[in-house]
Amino acid sequence: MTGLDARVVLRRGPLEIDVALAVPPGEVLALVGPNGAGKSSALRALAGLTPIDTGHVALGGTVLEDSETGVRVPVPQRDLTMVFQDPLLFPHLSVRDNVAFGLRHHPGAGRVGRRDARSRADEALARTGLSDLADRKAAHLSGGQRQRVATVRALACDPALLLLDEPTSALDVAITAQVRAFLRRHVREFGGVTVLVSHDPLDAFVLADRVAVLEDGRVTQQGTPDEIARRPRTDYVAHLMGMNLMRDGDVYRTFSPTAVTLYREEPVTSARNLWRLRITSVVPHGDAVRLQLRGPVALVADVTRAAVADLDLHEGVEVWASVKETEVTTFED
Amino acid sequence: MNGTVRDRPALGRTPVALVVPSAIGLLLLLVPLAALLVRAPWSTFLDRVRDPAILDALRLSLLTSTVATLLCLVLGVPLAWLLARTTFRGMGLVRALVSVPLVLPPVVGGVALLMAFGRRGVVGQWLDEAFGVTIPFTTAAVVLAQTFVAMPFLVMSVEGALRTADPRYDEVAATLGARRLVTFWRVTLPLAGPGIAAGAALAWARALGEFGATITFAGSVPGVTRTMPLQIYNAMQTDTDTAIMLSVILLAISVAVLVALHSSWTGRAWARRDGLDAA
Repeated sequence: MTGLDARVVLRRGPLEIDVALAVPPGEVLALVGPNGAGKSSALRALAGLTPIDTGHVALGGTVLEDSETGVRVPVPQRDLTMVFQDPLLFPHLSVRDNVAFGLRHHPGAGRVGRRDARSRADEALARTGLSDLADRKAAHLSGGQRQRVATVRALACDPALLLLDEPTSALDVAITAQVRAFLRRHVREFGGVTVLVSHDPLDAFVLADRVAVLEDGRVTQQGTPDEIARRPRTDYVAHLMGMNLMRDGDVYRTFSPTAVTLYREEPVTSARNLWRLRITSVVPHGDAVRLQLRGPVALVADVTRAAVADLDLHEGVEVWASVKETEVTTFED
Repeated sequence: MNGTVRDRPALGRTPVALVVPSAIGLLLLLVPLAALLVRAPWSTFLDRVRDPAILDALRLSLLTSTVATLLCLVLGVPLAWLLARTTFRGMGLVRALVSVPLVLPPVVGGVALLMAFGRRGVVGQWLDEAFGVTIPFTTAAVVLAQTFVAMPFLVMSVEGALRTADPRYDEVAATLGARRLVTFWRVTLPLAGPGIAAGAALAWARALGEFGATITFAGSVPGVTRTMPLQIYNAMQTDTDTAIMLSVILLAISVAVLVALHSSWTGRAWARRDGLDAA
């Protein structure tokens, strides 16, 4: 097939990572999951920076690595580029020469001569609105500018596969949104396969066509961002989406934290969903306050600051929690 | 320096037991150098420098130590890269071997070089028979002796510089399609540039001062193998004033190297700063 076809098995001490991916050209796949789930290890294995223990990686019909036949194409000969968590611009080169570096050597860019590489680098910088930075060195750029240049450097090679490893996680919060918008604009018009790794769901939902959730080395759910958001299958995904998830056999029930009502005394209510729970954490959440509740079920509830004061809600307090059935979305496996 | 005075109230007085030996140690370094300057024959300095024998020695010293440093760079930088960036069997042994000339008395190095490259030496005999080439007591022998003693300085400081350079730059270069040799030339070497310059300066200074291995392996032939240190030793037998003057010249050159080293260390600051920013 064209595009990326891979099964990557890696053993990292107690953790076994086993991920199968099939991504057609033009599609952006986001691997999301908690820290330590093996996302970045899987991505480095796709790049060839670390060998896979079992499995294969094929790109555009070419086998890059296969544990059975022992094929292992060295990184420089793979038609891919990677944007790392840190921009890692070569500090001794100007922005132009950083971009030209890939154009001179990368198989996807046709390994053009120095002069051609420079003029193509200038074109790439002009297309992405970064011409002003061409003569500067990395030390004279802001964090956000550096990550944008690193993205242009990777995209300019026109590889068959673009790997993005937590591209916004090392940035200041204020800059993250700008860089994310930049990535969205330029990764979306990129014609090859993109695999993005992030622990920030916003990266995934803004950039990706498809999301694969990686927990403890396994893909626990896969689908469009919309499907994932509406029908989370694991607690991790539900909490990522800011949703409560309850599972009853094949039936999944989700509701928003704002749909939860709390009482100090057992209420007389028509709500079918009523539990006696203990508050385990109280943290501000935007204008509201987010409470973690434990008991027969585990819930997240958002309540107003006034309610926290009126009901004297704090850690260790036992409360009654209810959810109206009309607020619950039910779906089956 | 001011810090020691200001720290005193917080951590207690600076102990006299540490200050006294420090002062004596410093004097031990300073007094001989000062004495050299005090006793130098300043009035006849220029006349003495015009002596052709001295000019020969100075020219020979500068030539051989520069060639030796270039040889160290050509052979030592790749070796340092192998030690810093790859793993292979016997790596510990190689590293130990590289540092042997640091601890070996130079005279022993000279004898060892004779055993290897002398007319009847292990390699020298073959060189003589096959090509009619003899090395001992030639200028080439001086260069070889200097390279032998200076190599560890270069390899060790370049390896250190390569180790502190962020290996993730190598990974980025690889994902941008650069083969390892391209990465070495275009990324690794420029990033380690200041460290390499510092290593080269150290190696050059060591080669310039080389005496023991040179006199053993290359002898003291005027104009051919008699470098400045050998010329000083020679002059000490007959004309102390000339020996002092030559010493002052070598001292001046050493200080100049030290200054150059210092500016290349401050020059390294950009690499360090950028590494921090990127992290």
